[in-house]
Amino acid sequence: MKNISKSTIVFLLGSILLFTAVQVLINLGFINTFWKTILLLAGVMAIVSLGLNLIYGFNGQFSLGQYGFYAIGAYTAADITFRWTQLHSAQGLTVVFLIALFAGATIMVIQKAVSKIRGMDTLSAFALYIVAILIAIFAAVKLGQLVANPITAIFNFMPKNIAQTSIFLIAVVLGGAIAAEVSFLFGLPVLTLGSDYFGIATLGFTIIVKVLLDNSDTMLGFEEMKGARGMIGIPKLTNWIWMFVFLFLTIVFIRNLLNSSYGRAIVSIREDETAATSMGINVAFYKTVTFVIGSFLAGLAGGLYAHVNGFLHPNTFSFVKSFDPLIIVVFGGLGSITGTVAASFGWALMLEGVLRLVLPDGFETWRYVIYPILLLIMMLLKPNGLFGNFEIPFIRAVMPPLKKSADKKNEEVA
Amino acid sequence: MERKNQNPVMQWIVKSKILGILFFIVIGAFVILKIGEALTSNPSLFLQQVVNGLQLGFVYALIALGYTMIYGIVRLINFAHGDVFMVGAFTSFFTISRFNLHLWFQNIFPSFPALSAQVIGTVTVVLASMAVCALLAFTIEKIAYKPLREAPRISALITAIGISFFLEYFGALNFVFTPNYITYKRPFEVRSWFIGPGGFGTFETGVTIPDNSIIFSNIFLIIVLASIFLLLVLQYIVKRTKIGKAMRAVAFDKPTARLMGINSDAVISITFALGAALAGAAGVLYSIAYPQVYFTMGITPGMKAFVAAVVGGIGSIPGAFLGALIMGQAETLSAAYISTPMRDAIAFSLLIIVLLIRPKGIMGEIASEKV
Repeated sequence: MKNISKSTIVFLLGSILLFTAVQVLINLGFINTFWKTILLLAGVMAIVSLGLNLIYGFNGQFSLGQYGFYAIGAYTAADITFRWTQLHSAQGLTVVFLIALFAGATIMVIQKAVSKIRGMDTLSAFALYIVAILIAIFAAVKLGQLVANPITAIFNFMPKNIAQTSIFLIAVVLGGAIAAEVSFLFGLPVLTLGSDYFGIATLGFTIIVKVLLDNSDTMLGFEEMKGARGMIGIPKLTNWIWMFVFLFLTIVFIRNLLNSSYGRAIVSIREDETAATSMGINVAFYKTVTFVIGSFLAGLAGGLYAHVNGFLHPNTFSFVKSFDPLIIVVFGGLGSITGTVAASFGWALMLEGVLRLVLPDGFETWRYVIYPILLLIMMLLKPNGLFGNFEIPFIRAVMPPLKKSADKKNEEVA
Repeated sequence: MERKNQNPVMQWIVKSKILGILFFIVIGAFVILKIGEALTSNPSLFLQQVVNGLQLGFVYALIALGYTMIYGIVRLINFAHGDVFMVGAFTSFFTISRFNLHLWFQNIFPSFPALSAQVIGTVTVVLASMAVCALLAFTIEKIAYKPLREAPRISALITAIGISFFLEYFGALNFVFTPNYITYKRPFEVRSWFIGPGGFGTFETGVTIPDNSIIFSNIFLIIVLASIFLLLVLQYIVKRTKIGKAMRAVAFDKPTARLMGINSDAVISITFALGAALAGAAGVLYSIAYPQVYFTMGITPGMKAFVAAVVGGIGSIPGAFLGALIMGQAETLSAAYISTPMRDAIAFSLLIIVLLIRPKGIMGEIASEKV
């Protein structure tokens, strides 16, 4: 126990206290369903935004694609639990699990092969990956359908609650995994673009995902997703406990990542790409890793989001909404974990909670008039975000010792 | 640690980039086959789609010019630009249906030839919208972007998103534009003609059109002529006037331009106003062509135009024009021949593919001067 620092203990105790306090308030009924849903949404936004903060705040990649991966995670997880609760089959689980596994294995194998070959251009590598992964997916689907029945039997054998919860948890993680794999494939060619062009390409990705989801029943063949009518019948399994656990793990994970050599490499790329390269840092590799991790978190959050309301609609993932995590990250302060979490809770409580309650009858439509005005005032008063680079001691201890520099790239982009 | 690929076959594969090329050849062949099939099976339908695509493309071009100029000069993706376009459309809606602005000349000089009076009336409507939009963008720039000139670039982007939300939802209030879809009243009558191997004629009820003819309307002609005219005016302003020179200087190097005595803030304000005026004109033309106005109408065309600007090479005026024409064609052709609901996805896939092949857009490097 000697190695555990004071700030860690404070953080742990504080988290447990916060968790218990909210859970007690929920149990006693002080926090009603309305506020509980808002808390859950805030937690979801916190995870998505932490992912984006990793990509943009710490690695300096201007990404607008976070909501695309969020959507992928949400629909993947929702499809798995939907098939379990509504169709009483673990087919979704087995197929998606095998797809994630096979595609992941394919990526690993090809990456190893490609890294041996010098001078392979990105597009060739991309073509190789695409073809191999398509084959892997085909095999996974066939095999998944084969093993679906035995697996269903195993889950039926378990107590109902445990089976459902474990399927929910696996589904959420698989949502993240699929999002991560898609982000790897998409990032492979696109990450070579310059910063603004990368942002634009990822924005295009978000829009493409949304259009695909709009036509998920007709073009992709997922009838249960019901396309633009919205997917219903997803079990409402996300509760404060799971939300808190995932958020806690995310924060600890990002903290420890930043403390590792990976994290230092990631931040050094934001600081100065040329200098990082000359230090022997494989810029392309670390950019991909960051993008994949950020998208994994987005997919994870998507899985949790799908089980908050039990309803998914492609419009939730439209590109207009996809600015939300960006707004939160900038509000909280680029490259500030504390700021991001605080800003997402503040944002959700303000926009979904307070503004809904404060506005008198007949002024409900003013919500989105007041919101941008607040946004504008905040931005004009605090262009570096609410928290700047403030961190709680637990995280501050591991942050790279740098001057505030997320905005340094101001001039040199184009 | 230099490793060499020993195997000559492998060496050739890597050096020739054959895999990537093959990949694009497969995709390209699919598209070309589709287009070729369409062209041979029913050429007039294809040409008709091209005409429709041109009409859309020219409107996108006007919006894209604003994006490209603003990006060129302040490196800001102005997400509020699409909503300025919406305000332009609504302005013309109000000037036409509330104030009958399109009839003012006819009312004052009833003896004047009807066609000329109509033209003057329509031009007035367009000019009014352009003026309102220019004023709006000027104000937005002063309030939301100017104070953030020295702040991180992302701050201005966030305020741009904020302004976009504000314009939309303020417009959706009941006493402003209302949240409803409103039918637009055109300032002139629509007339259509057909042209083809069967001859040329007016398209009216009761007239049978010969086979293989394509139909075009006066709206098409107006959009094409107005867009080309505005492009030429813009090209003149940017290339031949003092303010245009100042714009190019600021876009090229702001600090140096300042040292040369250029008031860069004023130049940036004027650029915003100029871009917004074009968006205003686009708003009028778009709602004449697709006669419906509503408070979120700016989002999709705004996004498409932005993509067009990127495809053409952001910062380059001819590039924006070219990109917009490509986007218009891509949209109508994919709606007609591939799949209507997928047309947005195809347009954005095109964006990603173009960025992969030419990271700075089609004309991004050719046009070295930026505005």
